[in-house]
Amino acid sequence: MSLNLFLQNVANGLSLGSLYALIAIGYTMVYGILRLINFAHGEIFMLAPYFLYFGFLMFHLPWWASIIVAIALTSMTGMLSEKIAYKPLRDAPRISALISAIGVSFFLQNLAIVVFSGIPKSVHRPEFFTRLYKFGGIRIQSTLFASIIVSSIFLTLLLYVIYRTKTGLAMRAISTDIETSRLMAVDVNKAISVTFIIGSALAAVGGILWGLRFPQLFPTMGMIPGLKAFIAAVVGGIGNIPGAMLGGLVLGMTEILFVAFLPAISGYRDAFVFLILILILLFKPDGILGKKVQEKV
Amino acid sequence: MKKQNEKIFTLFALIMLVILVYLAEKHLDAYKLRILNLGAIYVTLGISLNLIYGFTGQFSLGHAGFMAIGAYVTTLLVLPSYYKEMIYILEPLAWPFTVIHAPFIIALFLSGLFAAFAALIIGLPVLRLKGDYLGIATLGFAEIIRIIANNLPNITNGALGIKGIPEFTNLWWSVGVAVVTIYIIKGLIDSSYGRALMAIRENEIAAEVIGINLTYHKVMSFTISAFFAGVAGGLFACLLTTIDPKAFMFVMTFNILIVVVMGGLGSITGTVLAAFLFNFFLEYLRPIEAGFQIGPVTMPAIPGLRMVTFSVLLLIIILYKQKGLLGGFEFSWEGFFHFFNKLSTNKKSSEGSTK
Repeated sequence: MSLNLFLQNVANGLSLGSLYALIAIGYTMVYGILRLINFAHGEIFMLAPYFLYFGFLMFHLPWWASIIVAIALTSMTGMLSEKIAYKPLRDAPRISALISAIGVSFFLQNLAIVVFSGIPKSVHRPEFFTRLYKFGGIRIQSTLFASIIVSSIFLTLLLYVIYRTKTGLAMRAISTDIETSRLMAVDVNKAISVTFIIGSALAAVGGILWGLRFPQLFPTMGMIPGLKAFIAAVVGGIGNIPGAMLGGLVLGMTEILFVAFLPAISGYRDAFVFLILILILLFKPDGILGKKVQEKV
Repeated sequence: MKKQNEKIFTLFALIMLVILVYLAEKHLDAYKLRILNLGAIYVTLGISLNLIYGFTGQFSLGHAGFMAIGAYVTTLLVLPSYYKEMIYILEPLAWPFTVIHAPFIIALFLSGLFAAFAALIIGLPVLRLKGDYLGIATLGFAEIIRIIANNLPNITNGALGIKGIPEFTNLWWSVGVAVVTIYIIKGLIDSSYGRALMAIRENEIAAEVIGINLTYHKVMSFTISAFFAGVAGGLFACLLTTIDPKAFMFVMTFNILIVVVMGGLGSITGTVLAAFLFNFFLEYLRPIEAGFQIGPVTMPAIPGLRMVTFSVLLLIIILYKQKGLLGGFEFSWEGFFHFFNKLSTNKKSSEGSTK
């Protein structure tokens, strides 16, 4: 493999990885706070490019306005899903909340089929998103830059919110001990809502970038990226935000390089991803950056 | 209540079931029979998942993978050989599979064995994991099995899938397998092994301290669970007559998980009830999306509305019945007669009071 081709693949891996990272954060934040695998997160991700599509084509909003509207609507959906389907189950057995998440996932997916129809839609991309740049021998589409730059901005913003603001402090407190935080007068419901809003907004950004990169929309498009992002969260250490970012990058890079180096068995790409997941779980169950939790007797 | 009497009642109930199955096979149309068949297959699947999750407490999300193994093993064994030559378009079928052939019952049994073998290999390393991590790892394995099926066109016909599988599954088979599954798993749970499994569910460390071999019991429970999932996969293939790797995505496991949780974890009675309710709801909600008329208002046909309604129903049930429909209740003859005795005494006493 020539150096140029290799660099091209690394660039592709980085951009795919940054998208996984954006989605993985939603999983990891919700898991950190509620110990819930939010299976509906992939569907939240799917909604954003649809909102963008309709804002742009049906209401003829300028593209930047439709992006803002899409992110706002998606975060709203994420927050509402928590209020309706997870909040009443906070003291229930954990499996009930998981089933509820699966229910929300089915609901959003099929609602999308009803409202947006199951026929795939192709995204109209603003001109400057399809422009190609040449660096030496590497050709890079501007969406690739966009995904790397946009995700870096949002991830930095997120780290600021989590580690430098009061809301972030509340969120970290809840993920350590929800009962004690309640006693310390932390507004648990508000912090959880904020978690869902931030997680869904990042998934929306990921979804929009995804739509620009792979310009075809269909109601089940969230399933596989959702599952992969979840794996990224686990690989990085679930509940750990920098871990989710790292996990996303590792996963995206692995996928692209696997296909690049072993094109003959590229059909096994996803199997390889799952194999890595299982190996990491077996040898370092808490993920790359996860903390070891000692079991109390 | 004497043990002897209970056996007689059970026998009587089984005879009733045989008569019901006979009547159903004779009088119901193909559509209703298919729903009942699916219900019975989901009973087998649900109870096998209940063994590993409900009774042993190990969160396994690998059932779709074991089903897939079972479905492909049965299919390759029961397909007539002239037909095998015809459908493998991408690549001809690999050698041993072109000639092997087995009757349905042996095919089902082998399906179970292959699935159990896969579970043994997977289970030995991953059952050390706990909670959600185990769930994710088993989900990963199920997806790996599906992706392998997708990539072996000379065995599974790849993504095209296999069509025209002989329709061997009828109510005798599906209900028969469900009854055998219930019998074996109930027997297992009531044995000392079952006590050990439940001890592991309640507290793994305590169970280990009192001398229960964790690995042995977990792997055993996982393997037996996979065996029945494999058999159910075989029944499933011969009911639908067509399979492809997409049918065994993780959504399939979610469906089984929904059945188990809806019925109430660790309740066989609940699983049976939920398995049939799940399939009835899924099918009888169909008119909603076909379009209908309420008085002067005509609803147009909207595809997808059925599943929207279904998921709303699912959410309502889980929000209001957090421990499932029956919440751990288990049917027993003793309870059954106790209930009727109480009813009749209540009646007598109320009659007495009105006099």
